[in-house]
Amino acid sequence: KMKSVFVLEIFSLACFVLLSQVSAKNAEDVRCKCICPPYRDVKGQIYKNNVTLKDCNCLHVVDPMPVDGKDVEAYCLRCECKYEERSSGTIKFTIIMYLSILGLLLLYMVYLTLLEPILKRRLFGHSQLIQSDDDVGDQQPFANAHNVLSRSHSRPNVLNKVEHAQQRWRRQVQEQRKSVFDRHVVLS
Amino acid sequence: MESEQLYHRGYCRNSYNSIASASSDEELLDGAGVIMDFHTTEDDNLLDGDAASPGSNYAMSNGGGAASSSTHLLDFLEEPIPGVGTYDDFHTIDWVREKCKDRERHRKINSKKKESAWEFTKSLYDAWSGWLVVTLTGLASGALAGLIDIAADWMNDIKEGVCLSAMWYNHEQCCWTSNETTFAERDKCPQWKSWAELILGQAEGPGSYIMNYFMYIYWALSFAFLAVCLVKVFAPYACGSGIPEIKTILSGFIIRGYLGKWTLMIKTITLVLAVASGLSLGKEGPLVHVACCCGNIFSYLFPKYSKNEAKKREVLSAASAAGVSVAFGAPIGGVLFSLEEVSYYFPLKTLWRSFFAALVAAFVLRSINPFGNSRLVLFYVEYHTPWYLFELIPFILLGVFGGLWGAFFIRANIAWCRRRKSTRFGKYPVLEVILVAAITAVVAFPNPYTRQNTSELIKELFTDCGPLESSQLCQYRSHMNGSKAFTDNPNRPAGPGVYAAMWQLCLALIFKIIMTIFTFGLKVPSGLFIPSMAIGAIAGRIVGIAVEQLAYYHHDWFLFKEWCEVGADCITPGLYAMVGAAACLGGVTRMTVSLVVIVFELTGGLEYIVPLMAAVMTSKWVGDAFGREGIYEAHIRLNGYPFLDAKEEFTHTTLAREVMRPRRSDPPLAVLTQDDLTVEELQAVINETSYNGFPVIVSKESQRLVGFALRRDITIAIENARRKQEGIMLNSRVYFTQHAPTLPADSPRPLKLRSILDMSPFTVTDHTPMEIVVDIFRKLGLRQCLVTHNGIVLGIITKKNILEHLEELKQHTEPLATSWYYHKKRYPPSHGSNGKPRSRVHYVQLIRSFQDGQGEGADGSEEEEVCLLDGSDL
Repeated sequence: KMKSVFVLEIFSLACFVLLSQVSAKNAEDVRCKCICPPYRDVKGQIYKNNVTLKDCNCLHVVDPMPVDGKDVEAYCLRCECKYEERSSGTIKFTIIMYLSILGLLLLYMVYLTLLEPILKRRLFGHSQLIQSDDDVGDQQPFANAHNVLSRSHSRPNVLNKVEHAQQRWRRQVQEQRKSVFDRHVVLS
Repeated sequence: MESEQLYHRGYCRNSYNSIASASSDEELLDGAGVIMDFHTTEDDNLLDGDAASPGSNYAMSNGGGAASSSTHLLDFLEEPIPGVGTYDDFHTIDWVREKCKDRERHRKINSKKKESAWEFTKSLYDAWSGWLVVTLTGLASGALAGLIDIAADWMNDIKEGVCLSAMWYNHEQCCWTSNETTFAERDKCPQWKSWAELILGQAEGPGSYIMNYFMYIYWALSFAFLAVCLVKVFAPYACGSGIPEIKTILSGFIIRGYLGKWTLMIKTITLVLAVASGLSLGKEGPLVHVACCCGNIFSYLFPKYSKNEAKKREVLSAASAAGVSVAFGAPIGGVLFSLEEVSYYFPLKTLWRSFFAALVAAFVLRSINPFGNSRLVLFYVEYHTPWYLFELIPFILLGVFGGLWGAFFIRANIAWCRRRKSTRFGKYPVLEVILVAAITAVVAFPNPYTRQNTSELIKELFTDCGPLESSQLCQYRSHMNGSKAFTDNPNRPAGPGVYAAMWQLCLALIFKIIMTIFTFGLKVPSGLFIPSMAIGAIAGRIVGIAVEQLAYYHHDWFLFKEWCEVGADCITPGLYAMVGAAACLGGVTRMTVSLVVIVFELTGGLEYIVPLMAAVMTSKWVGDAFGREGIYEAHIRLNGYPFLDAKEEFTHTTLAREVMRPRRSDPPLAVLTQDDLTVEELQAVINETSYNGFPVIVSKESQRLVGFALRRDITIAIENARRKQEGIMLNSRVYFTQHAPTLPADSPRPLKLRSILDMSPFTVTDHTPMEIVVDIFRKLGLRQCLVTHNGIVLGIITKKNILEHLEELKQHTEPLATSWYYHKKRYPPSHGSNGKPRSRVHYVQLIRSFQDGQGEGADGSEEEEVCLLDGSDL
């Protein structure tokens, strides 16, 4: 299970990098931006154009030239042109992925904090019994060894395994919450 | 003593070894006039056993089981016990043991290499796995940094408005191709709608201002709320900056789950929310934590790193370098940061791997290009103006400011965090975050310098006023008209815009100073670099403009006369902002080299190294005058992590026996004997004491040291034997020797625990000065050290004992220092009121309980509960 998670992670990572590379060449994604400061009676202005890196200079980008022919050189000397690139695909992908992960987490959070206690109470009615089951151990030194050893045993059932992993994760988070928020032993 | 040894005669059964081997001088010396004991020979078997493993000084037999077969020829039949050689949560690792384990593993692979092609491939894979894991870590941290940058920028702009044409663009990207932007208002374009425009339909006027204000607060609050909720529900360890904890982990502490998958995910997600909520925090520190999580997760792919805590820390060192590399776009600065600030054990091999990881991470981030400026950070600037010698005075003044700010911040923040830790106030983390976010948002919005993203503020302050700039900060009065004014950009008198900006910057400075103190330590991911840099940049810019105006109005002063002619450009306020940022960061973190390198990598100008060095050094001196520790050490101390700082010097003249446990008033040391305990007795000892390890002695009469067995290993081994081995009963004999003791015929099968015995525990004599002991602990990364006298074990010194001792001495010498009490939760204190050595006979007291079977809790071994070092003084 661990391995597959990692493989998945690496895969998504590779996808991310690849995507950013592939989508870098979009027609809208390059611009040449020229900032021209005020000159005599001409106001300062910003020009943007879609040209190649080679053509990114004042003469190609500033299209309606605001000054006469003899002043063009002087005007253009003051302008600063920058060639800029972005990858809109990466931005789109990142934002959408981020928002979907955030949304999933929020849903899961709502489920964990609000829905699950209600469901449990309705289904079993003895949720406190299950709760107390989790808290066994930790105090006895041999319970810990028990845990360590049972971890190395393989479980036949996949569902069982997932359930077990989730239980363990929950207990860990509970423990973390206790040490961070209640006992204030770490991270304060 | 005599009677004991006499008694021992009859007690000892197993005297197959030669009589001559009992020539131990210590017995002769100590028991002068005692009848020689010919039977305490088992310990000499130990010597034989060690001789069987040439080349391994440390004869680590407990290295996860796998290593034991080659070391102890007779143990090869025993299968390794799973779990032995691992550590419990909140425990300290034993660097020596881990390094031995690794060497053992390496030797094994090397010896097998020539056997087959498959083994050869395996050895190649093993040799390369170090580079592979840092490559993967670099890739992952670069990608995650890109994700965080893009998402945080977008979310930050969501507070103001939304891009209608494409939801996923931030403000800058939204107006990417728009031709409606003007020189004065560069970020206005029709595609980008502010919330007032969308809701009220008007862009100007008080109504829209209030609407925007309201939406700003609304978004800030909801982001902060989401962040703290996610942290609380899924991964509480994701809060804070993470650097103090990573420092502690790298020094050899175990915090399970701190670098896990969930922490990584939640930290990444909530970091974006926290930055976007406008709180006075940065993403740089948490990025180091994120990178370390990546390093930890990827190290699980490689058995070389997953099974060895010391090797794993090498990967984490490299990962933290990668984290800073992407946080600041400073790969070399990242490597130096790892070396100077976070790492504990940093061999050259790790340096190269850190370098490589930083390179890979920076490359990935650059290819993602999150800011669209082909740079790794938003506030990259380039200056080409020179600086003059007299400017060193304001630079040093900025350094003094940085040091004062650092000292003040550390004091204030620690006081506030202590309050949070120890009073009821800490019980409401969600409420606290929301409150701070609300105050920040309400106060920040009216001031344009606090409203914008802190990184953007730093960028604006760093950027020098050229003719291309149109911001308020650059509204100088131009006394020359037309083109001439812009030809060489001379220093000019400040216009009304600059004066207004000054006021706003001053208010922003005060606001940032106050809010940062209350923000750092909130239960959301929060870094310190960016707010500190912002404070320094604001102060620096103010000073820079002041010096500039001074030079303009008083250009005939002797200082300015030489360099600043009328109309010449001699002061660069942006450079002052940069120097101020470095100084403030230096004051808070007390970094020097890495900080200067990071800042000059940000600016790409090598000519500013001297001003930066001067300011950073001054700020460190000034800061150290008020308190020697940086913010991270202060937080480590506040939380009571077992961190032995390598920078501090130990100058006291105490001896090992004054520090060791047990002290005089304590019950005697809990020890195990090597072959006359039963399983039941052993369990009783373990159940009734809380120590993490027990010295094993030859017998209670001889008291000579055999080895050291860890509590965790013993419990695991007993549990394992119960499951796997037949015939292990409660009254089975436990033995740590090579051969089983001779037992009566009807007794149950004995349990051999030799494989978990550390037969080369580190020992010092009782007269060793503590400075040497502290040095040994620091340099070797020991976990515990036994104190012997003539080969007889007297007591034990653990890392925790040393930390306590240091703290005690510190309180003796500086009684005004903050109180940091030894605080025990579960166990009675083991303080001895005086550290005078007792006569030897007392130390060698027997533990009656081993015979009676009712193990009395004996004190003296180690316990490394995290709460023991708890700094709370509630």
